[in-house]
Amino acid sequence: MSDQTTRRGVLKGGAALGATALATPTFFSGAHAGGHSGFTNAPGPESVTLGFNVPQSGPYADEGADELRAYELAVEHLNGGGDGGMLPTFSSQALDGTGILGRKVEYVTGDTQTKSDAARASARAMIEKDGAIMITGGSSSGVAVAVQALCQDAGVIFMAGLTHSNDTTGKDKRANGFRHFFNSYMSGAALAPVLEANYGKDRNAYHLTADYNWGYTTEEAVRTSTEAMGWNTVNTVLTPLAETDFSAYIAPVLNSDADVLVLNHYGGNMVNSLTNAVQFGLRDRIVNGKNFEIVVPLYSRLMAKGAGANVKGIFGSTNWHWSLQDEGSKAFVRSFGTKYGFPPSQAAHTCYVQTLLYADAVQRAGSFNPCAVVEALEGFEFDGLGNGPTLYRAEDHQCFKDVLVVKGKENPTSEFDLLEIVEITPVSQVTYAPDHPQFAGGALGTCNPGA
Amino acid sequence: MLNNIRNNDTVLMSLIVVMVLAAPLLLAPLGAGYPDLMQRFAIFGIFAVGFNILFGLTGYLSFGHAAFLGVGSYSAVWMFKLLSMNIIPAIILAVIISGLFALIIGYVSLRRSGIYFSILTLAFAQMSFNLAYSVLTPITAGETGLQLALDDPRILDAPYEAGQLPTPGLFGLYMNDTWTVNFIGMELQFNVGYYVCGLLLIALFYVALRIFRSPFGMMLRAIKTNQTRLNYTGVNTRPYTLAAFVISGMYAGLAGGLMASMDPLAGAERMQWTASGEVVLMVILGGAGTLLGPVLGAGVIKYFENIFSRMNDQVVESWFLWMPEGLTEFMVAIVHPFVGKGWHLSLGLIFMAVVIFLPGGLIEGANRIIGWIGRRFGSKKTDKSGEAPAPAE
Repeated sequence: MSDQTTRRGVLKGGAALGATALATPTFFSGAHAGGHSGFTNAPGPESVTLGFNVPQSGPYADEGADELRAYELAVEHLNGGGDGGMLPTFSSQALDGTGILGRKVEYVTGDTQTKSDAARASARAMIEKDGAIMITGGSSSGVAVAVQALCQDAGVIFMAGLTHSNDTTGKDKRANGFRHFFNSYMSGAALAPVLEANYGKDRNAYHLTADYNWGYTTEEAVRTSTEAMGWNTVNTVLTPLAETDFSAYIAPVLNSDADVLVLNHYGGNMVNSLTNAVQFGLRDRIVNGKNFEIVVPLYSRLMAKGAGANVKGIFGSTNWHWSLQDEGSKAFVRSFGTKYGFPPSQAAHTCYVQTLLYADAVQRAGSFNPCAVVEALEGFEFDGLGNGPTLYRAEDHQCFKDVLVVKGKENPTSEFDLLEIVEITPVSQVTYAPDHPQFAGGALGTCNPGA
Repeated sequence: MLNNIRNNDTVLMSLIVVMVLAAPLLLAPLGAGYPDLMQRFAIFGIFAVGFNILFGLTGYLSFGHAAFLGVGSYSAVWMFKLLSMNIIPAIILAVIISGLFALIIGYVSLRRSGIYFSILTLAFAQMSFNLAYSVLTPITAGETGLQLALDDPRILDAPYEAGQLPTPGLFGLYMNDTWTVNFIGMELQFNVGYYVCGLLLIALFYVALRIFRSPFGMMLRAIKTNQTRLNYTGVNTRPYTLAAFVISGMYAGLAGGLMASMDPLAGAERMQWTASGEVVLMVILGGAGTLLGPVLGAGVIKYFENIFSRMNDQVVESWFLWMPEGLTEFMVAIVHPFVGKGWHLSLGLIFMAVVIFLPGGLIEGANRIIGWIGRRFGSKKTDKSGEAPAPAE
């Protein structure tokens, strides 16, 4: 009850300041009117508006909802509310809970529908109508790449949410865009040694790959890494994204001499293909004198939940997991859990961290000018945000940090305790050259501060 | 009678001209006066007007028009990549390619009518979508969408500022140039891109009007009314339906080309069946077979998609803060399911209401209101015939 009253109080305060962006559809936020300070949407003296563009409908709506929770938590912490979350554990102590550069943090939300067009429309509305100075979010690489390009053109900063395709910081990288999340290459590089240790060097792999960009880059990354350690790729088959029944794709696996199945699927695709594979008895098969194994390169807790008992013992990689025991992760899980009653997903984590990183960069740069922010983030080294020491590399705006290799837990103790960490792959093992073939093409360009 | 129609047309044209030119002023109080949404109003207005030439006149319900929109977008972006950032070649290629596409798809699909025609067009559109999403990735960039890159040739253009992507323009005017004017407390945004779309909407609206009034349009209406009878009288209707199909496909292609010009990216979802369904909804919501209806329908649907979807709980709560505490929570709980992520629900309810109570769409509603006002206040002028007001076609 008291919690409700405070929230109400906060809202009232915001409305009294006349700063609540979008208070009624009639008014433009004051921030927008202030402009013309050399860059797009220069904020006024009272408040600054951030745009949270997440999928609220469509296949990734669950992840979008979790991302939004994380953003709201981040705004609360930036404005000095709650227990401060990761602010105290963050190695850079520029943020002090008084908003960003003394301005109260406001936000607007939008629905990407996991469609590039809708996501761009929503982002443009945030920029043109609400005067958002930074856009963040997204739960699919296609959307992330599309919105990143838009932000580059409009002259605002884009802090990518959950996007795993190499292209986001590869061929489609942009100077105004930054990604904290890991990518397909890192998944492959982190998984390969674990797979070698558990399944040996002499394996025949069969890939089922979702038929779109993320699927291609993930398949390439996993194939390259596993072939480098001696595995043989028997076959790679593309499956339509909208497919729900993978029986027709699993049956040929039985007739090949493959002894490992790699499912380059995400979300509902992965839940269905894994379930089909288990139903076909793949996991009980012995091929070439070896146990048949299944690998899922990108795991998420929401997927593990969907696939239920089928994920037990299956290896995959994630960006972050709530069971990590460093101070940053513990602080974040505690404040997220206190507010919402369950642990955060990796999507929530990366979104929370991105918001903090942006705020911190502005604070350190002393300006909201996108070019100053880009300069502050490029080559920035930090710690205490849950992934250990991390570098925001200047060449491609990708974060380099440890990657988690996880496995479906044999005896889950709760509905959230589905994955266990097998290994924390050190950052040195997943680092690649900026001009690595999997990231070739495209150019960062120069930062664009807009009008 | 003829005079009356002429008069109506003049009124209609003036109405659309005023609506388009004054849009930044008219839409600002609704919170919709920002460039992106106004551009969308005009672009989807064009799309819907074109769709109405096929559906409203011939009654052929195409469920695959988004394919032409997508093809137009891809053509335009390729023009930007290869030739020039000027939007004229891009739009011309978009119209030509989508016209060719429409010719091929129409030639096959129009062998059937009714539901079979709808299913055929739907199948073609889904095929195009799937091709664009995966198989044709080298041409369409798949899921990511086709974008401009720094190293595109753009053979006609002078080199650009290093490291920055160029913006689509029209002889020195850039599509994203906006003049902001303060007007009685509102911020009016006059955007170049919007006026390009808006002027094209006016021009294409006029073309549609001429088609509606022409003998060709009469023929199309005859097809809708009784195609069998036409066939028995020895008229071959296929060339007429095919022409209508290609024309509306070209409208869609132009809309797609404009979309790419306003925002140089072409994504495959633009061709998905939901996008094809959306234009059907726009036309039915506004009033199929009327001239102004599709433009209105497009506006309403885009308004819901862009404004209602962005009203989160924070916003809703701020509306009701003046109420006593318990009541605020109550009102928020009531309104919550209909805005924000629930915008589909409100749109669905409005759509149902329109289809049930106003089968002629929003235009019928407007006509009823005008008729009611006319009867109530204009009785001295007494329409001698007392007939129902002519539908605003």
